[in-house]
Amino acid sequence: MDNVVVMNQQFSSSDWSDMLHQLSVEKDKTLYVQLFRYFAPRVKSYITRLGLVESAAEELTQETMLSVWRKAHMYNRSKAAASTWIFTLARNHSIDWMRKQKYPVYSIDEWNEEPEESETQAHSGEQLVTADRMEKAIKKLPESQAQVIYMSFFEGRSHSDISERIGIPLGSVKSRIRLASEKLKMIWRDGA
Amino acid sequence: MNIKHHLDEASLVSYAAGSISQSMALVAACHISMCPKCQKRVSESESIGGILLESLNESEIAEDALEQVMACLDNEPETGIVAAQMNQKSSVDLGVPQPLQDYISGSLENIPWKRIVPGVYYHDLPLKSERGGVSKLLKIAPGKSMLPHTHDGNELTLVLKGSFSDEVGRFTAGDIADLDSEIEHQPLVDSDEDCICLIATDAPLKFSTLFGRIVQPMTGF
Repeated sequence: MDNVVVMNQQFSSSDWSDMLHQLSVEKDKTLYVQLFRYFAPRVKSYITRLGLVESAAEELTQETMLSVWRKAHMYNRSKAAASTWIFTLARNHSIDWMRKQKYPVYSIDEWNEEPEESETQAHSGEQLVTADRMEKAIKKLPESQAQVIYMSFFEGRSHSDISERIGIPLGSVKSRIRLASEKLKMIWRDGA
Repeated sequence: MNIKHHLDEASLVSYAAGSISQSMALVAACHISMCPKCQKRVSESESIGGILLESLNESEIAEDALEQVMACLDNEPETGIVAAQMNQKSSVDLGVPQPLQDYISGSLENIPWKRIVPGVYYHDLPLKSERGGVSKLLKIAPGKSMLPHTHDGNELTLVLKGSFSDEVGRFTAGDIADLDSEIEHQPLVDSDEDCICLIATDAPLKFSTLFGRIVQPMTGF
């Protein structure tokens, strides 16, 4: 068990994406177990933060991890990091459970062709750097902007809900979210 | 498709976070399905979620969780790919964005419209909203306009067919109007075909005319 923990810490965000990509090509249980050990405890933290009770959080964590296996063939490494893809699965499962209705998800239509292999490689490298920078950037956001990002992602609060909670107008909630998001996305555009 | 009007950044982030209402998420998902630019933007927003997920402390999970999941894996058939692809093909043929297909059967032509006033029709969609928001399809005849109104909350309007103009600009198929309470507007259908829109609000509309306030209880806006 100790070995597993040590090993996990050595993997970067990009390594996890490589592993999930491998899993998408070939359903390999050894790979799956590694992904499970790393992501399941984090998925459960995410779901718990959304306000679900322990038993539901446990059940949804297992469901989310099961869908990692079931949907692995749909994972596209050039479009999302493993953590991003698993985040969307956890998000969808939690919402489906909380709202008793399927979360409307977008589909990627024909004009988005599969990228060439070389392009995929280049993008992956970028993604590794980006993930580290993003994490730093989130930590550097002013408190008021970080707050609305956390309330959106971790507490699932709508704009009006946030507006009531922190007692600022709807328009201010939206402009804080916009500012925060634009700062974070600058990282993709200029690598700042 | 030449899309000029996109989702506001704040709506996009809430969609990615899963914090937007069901009815607004449907409109957002339909627009994103039609708009390569917003597909890129939303995947950037979703990776904020991915990075936040990785930054979380680990929770204790049930001791037998892995065992239980592994037991399920052994009974998994190899399915999924073919069904998903077939589904996508039909969405393109029908001219109905994929996410909307869960709520209507077939094409836009088969919708059982209800009339509000001559030339203005609606169809309710069964999406949930916590604050009295609505989820509807609207069909408006050439030269007609939606009643002037403002909102307490946000409103998303996606054009599926035809076009309209309002105080903000001109909207054609694929364009989304992402408005909040600061704007009063009256969309007018400005071409010679019916305009079909998918709309969602997260609070009831506020009509600015007496007539609008009279029909509101009857139509559920």
